[in-house]
Amino acid sequence: MSDQFVWRMAWRETRGSRRRLVLLTAAITAGVAALVAVNSFAANLRSAVEDQALALFGADLTVSSRAPFTPVTRALLDSLVAPDSAGGLGGGPGQVSVVVSFNGMAYVPRTDGVRLVQVAAVESGYPYYGEILTEPTGAWAELQQGGKVLVDPGLLTTLGGVLGDTLALGQSRFVIAAAVTSQPGNVAAASAFTSRIYIAARDLEATGLLQFGSRAEYEAFVKLAQPARATEIAKLYRPVLRPERAGIRSVEQNRSDLTEALTQLSNYLGLVALIALLLGGMGVASAVHVFIRQKLDSIAVLRVLGAGTGRLFTVYLIQAIGLGAVGSLIGATLGAALQRVLPLVLADLLPVDVTVALDPGAVLLGLGLGIWVSVMFTLMPLLAIRRVSPLRTLRRNVEQLPGRDPARIVAAIALVVSVAGLAAVQAGRLRDGIAFTIALGVVVVILWLASLALIRGLRRWFPSRWPYVWRQGLANLYRPGNQTVTVVLSLGFGAFLLSTLYLVQSNLLRDLNVAGVSARPNLAFLDIQPDQRDGVLQQLREAGIDRVEAVPMIPMRIASIKGKPVVIRPPSETDSLSADSAAVATGWAMRREYRSSYRDSLVDSEELVAGTWWEGPMTDPAQPVDVSLEVDIATELHVTIGDEIVWDVQGIKIPSRVANTRKVDWARFEPNFFAVFRGGALEEAPGFMVSLVRVEDPAQRGRLQRTVAEQYPNVTSIDLGSLQQLLEKILGRVALAIRFMAGFSLATGAVVLVGAIATTRFQRVREAVLLKTLGAVRRQVLRVFLAEYLALGLLSAGMAVGLSTAAGWGLAKFIFETDFAVPFPALGAILLVILALTVGIGLFSSLDILRRTPLEVLRNE
Amino acid sequence: MLRCEGLAQTYLSGGRPLTVLKDITFSLEGGGFLAIVGPSGSGKTTLLGLLAGLDTPSAGEVWIDGDEVTTMTEDQRARMRSAKVGFVFQSFQLIPTLTARENVQVPLELRGEPSEARAAELLARVGLGDRLDHYPAQLSGGEQQRVALARAFSIRPKILFADEPTGNLDARTGSTIIELMLELNRAEGTTLVLVTHDSDIASLARRTIRLSDGQVVEDRAAA
Repeated sequence: MSDQFVWRMAWRETRGSRRRLVLLTAAITAGVAALVAVNSFAANLRSAVEDQALALFGADLTVSSRAPFTPVTRALLDSLVAPDSAGGLGGGPGQVSVVVSFNGMAYVPRTDGVRLVQVAAVESGYPYYGEILTEPTGAWAELQQGGKVLVDPGLLTTLGGVLGDTLALGQSRFVIAAAVTSQPGNVAAASAFTSRIYIAARDLEATGLLQFGSRAEYEAFVKLAQPARATEIAKLYRPVLRPERAGIRSVEQNRSDLTEALTQLSNYLGLVALIALLLGGMGVASAVHVFIRQKLDSIAVLRVLGAGTGRLFTVYLIQAIGLGAVGSLIGATLGAALQRVLPLVLADLLPVDVTVALDPGAVLLGLGLGIWVSVMFTLMPLLAIRRVSPLRTLRRNVEQLPGRDPARIVAAIALVVSVAGLAAVQAGRLRDGIAFTIALGVVVVILWLASLALIRGLRRWFPSRWPYVWRQGLANLYRPGNQTVTVVLSLGFGAFLLSTLYLVQSNLLRDLNVAGVSARPNLAFLDIQPDQRDGVLQQLREAGIDRVEAVPMIPMRIASIKGKPVVIRPPSETDSLSADSAAVATGWAMRREYRSSYRDSLVDSEELVAGTWWEGPMTDPAQPVDVSLEVDIATELHVTIGDEIVWDVQGIKIPSRVANTRKVDWARFEPNFFAVFRGGALEEAPGFMVSLVRVEDPAQRGRLQRTVAEQYPNVTSIDLGSLQQLLEKILGRVALAIRFMAGFSLATGAVVLVGAIATTRFQRVREAVLLKTLGAVRRQVLRVFLAEYLALGLLSAGMAVGLSTAAGWGLAKFIFETDFAVPFPALGAILLVILALTVGIGLFSSLDILRRTPLEVLRNE
Repeated sequence: MLRCEGLAQTYLSGGRPLTVLKDITFSLEGGGFLAIVGPSGSGKTTLLGLLAGLDTPSAGEVWIDGDEVTTMTEDQRARMRSAKVGFVFQSFQLIPTLTARENVQVPLELRGEPSEARAAELLARVGLGDRLDHYPAQLSGGEQQRVALARAFSIRPKILFADEPTGNLDARTGSTIIELMLELNRAEGTTLVLVTHDSDIASLARRTIRLSDGQVVEDRAAA
């Protein structure tokens, strides 16, 4: 029966404060809504991958290579599909379909439309799971008849073509038979870069597009008689295929990798959502702190009447839990609605079709987290109840009960551990959770210190010569029970997040900006064969381009490093240079194909780091060729100045000596190379050329692309201006998703601001009424409030912008390794928006205070 | 019923010790009515707080109904107050979010006892039978103090402490309150300890202790 007391008192004590408490619940609501939306979306993603993995993959196994399959690879594939393979690993005769994918230039002669496309030359059978839908229907089955091409609908639009038009691809001409309306694993954003077109494998050779140096991906899609063996087969044959420079993947591996990638995406979005919830918790903590201060007299009376510490604490803890529960319930409901938005925002970036369904687990997690955060953040203000002395009923200025309260330290530790734990759960890794907590803590501490600095600075250097209304407004920032710190923390943090996102995005795009920088190339011609060089360059000159040059590219691999041959071994073995005769080539740097060049000088995108650059070409063919390595590759290869590397150029061994290392600005759209050789050694080596030019007029760029494509079908061209627009669009999409989540933080900040105003409402009413009684007109009282909100807004926005500039610089320098520039106009706009938000909300919430008459208030006292 | 020995209280004020009470010793039988009087700053309220177990003295002991209060923990004192002590404050100290009835019910609810009927009965006895569901903000000062009285007597306390119960009331209302208090005191047999600066009220008591500068300067039984 005695427990009924705490429940009754918990309910009764909300009287008179219910509107304010509803506001407090809203602080939790935004964060819970964001978390439920993200986690439910993540569950839907996992479900979609689970359901669609086979259709995405199109087969049970794939074997892929950047070069035509070797006899060993071919033999393996044959063994999996041979009619008499019943006793073999495949468990019976299977099926295989090879798809060769490469880039090429497609154009429609009727419209002169030209576009870089990804060509997929497909054997019959593919895909074994899922289907490729076309408009008109049935075109996929007819593809193998030959002479036809199936295209992306967007490509038709770009080329200005229609079904039935002729499409030129290399030396061949195809009829555009249908548009592909659905294909497995299609990411709309990726197809915005290069549209995919399908031709029959039998038509590939006639195009003449696969020449020396052309990049192509050879993929064999395998359907097994016993699909369950796919993972086992992949594991068994992976080490066998590695020396053949081929890889093997099972659908399970694909599903797992895709799930992991998408889970990471949703984890990071969830972390942003978690910030909103934690900010809400701070808002609740501050409001509860003020609420308890207002209840101190009642608490003291209850102590006199015989209420023990535990019961009093429980009364207000029940209120905190109730707050959290109500806020979380509303948040979960809102999140259930909002989860429909995320798939729309991210649609272009996802390889699966997401079916929106509310995930009960996400809802329960959101509810639990909301209540947990409410409790953990209110523990410390609630613990103050335990120190209220009953003597307060006789004397208001009595201090709290003496003695230290270790419970507060425990509560503080529990709070920090909770935050780290929540972050670890949301991020999926403890390490990320701890890093997140530390980063969050640093920003919170800085904002908190800034608020304290403002308060103390104001006290110390109070502008006593300013007009009264401004002085009064500023003095309110440090009045007893002020909410300055809470408002600056929550508003400031939300603004900081959004501002940092904007800075990172704008700097990344600035770095990739091609069109805006007049000196940089914006049109690239690739895969120019040596005997085509003069003809292509002549065409470019005829188009009116002054500076034309072709940069040589020679494909090669590393044969040995410092005398030790490179041998490809399974990843299970060490990847460091071993003491015995073989260097183990598990590292990507040792295994990969290099596209190297030769020249006699550095270019604009390079900076010498160590060693010296050569003068003139090699004169002694007996000496190893001087080679310049990109500095990070040199580190990966464990080589320094003077070390010997032997390169394999189509079977010919070229010894070289590391003469220097360079830093390369990879973000520049120019031909950049890991290895650059000194002239005089590789001029006769088999390779191809690249030419980058600048053409201002987009229409002229298109004409030039078509002209070159007509004459030299194997030469691909990329309009870098269009590419940049697409990059901006994709980056914009990603940023939009993150900004959408970060917006919850700002919304929480706004709610906390309203809550803070409501919490100090009584003081504002008294102040307004007293001022009116003393002769102040409404305009003057409004200016007092305006001064206060302006100061709050300026501090919040100023700190946010300042911190985000620091964070943006750090991210640019250490993570993205680019230059950093501050977009002052944009930051100024962010500052103004936050300021307007603070002042607007503050004044709007204070309007009815101005309407109260002095008598109303005094009578109530 | 009430006994204190060598009671003293010193506070730190501005970093310096300030002795408010010095060596107070007296005892009071059950059913008695003691008035503690003295000028402002004499230590009356401090003494009352110590006697009621609201504070811990710097020196000395207090016994209430045989229980030594001074060595109890705060929660033990709270339980003791719940069982035996009623309190009436100068500023009424009603809980603003509770109605008159609920304010009176609180001490009984704390003990886990049925409370509604007793609360209604007590409020009727103090003349507020028709104001059960009114909040303190809706009551006058005198009405609030009557509710406070009803609350104090709800647990049938063995001892009632009153700190200037009429201090915030006009003379007529104050007189009514004192009459009610005495009536309840007689009906319930409660020991009454009252702090006042009003000599008329003090004269109603059967015993008066006068304080000056924290010391007892007079301890007189009524004639």
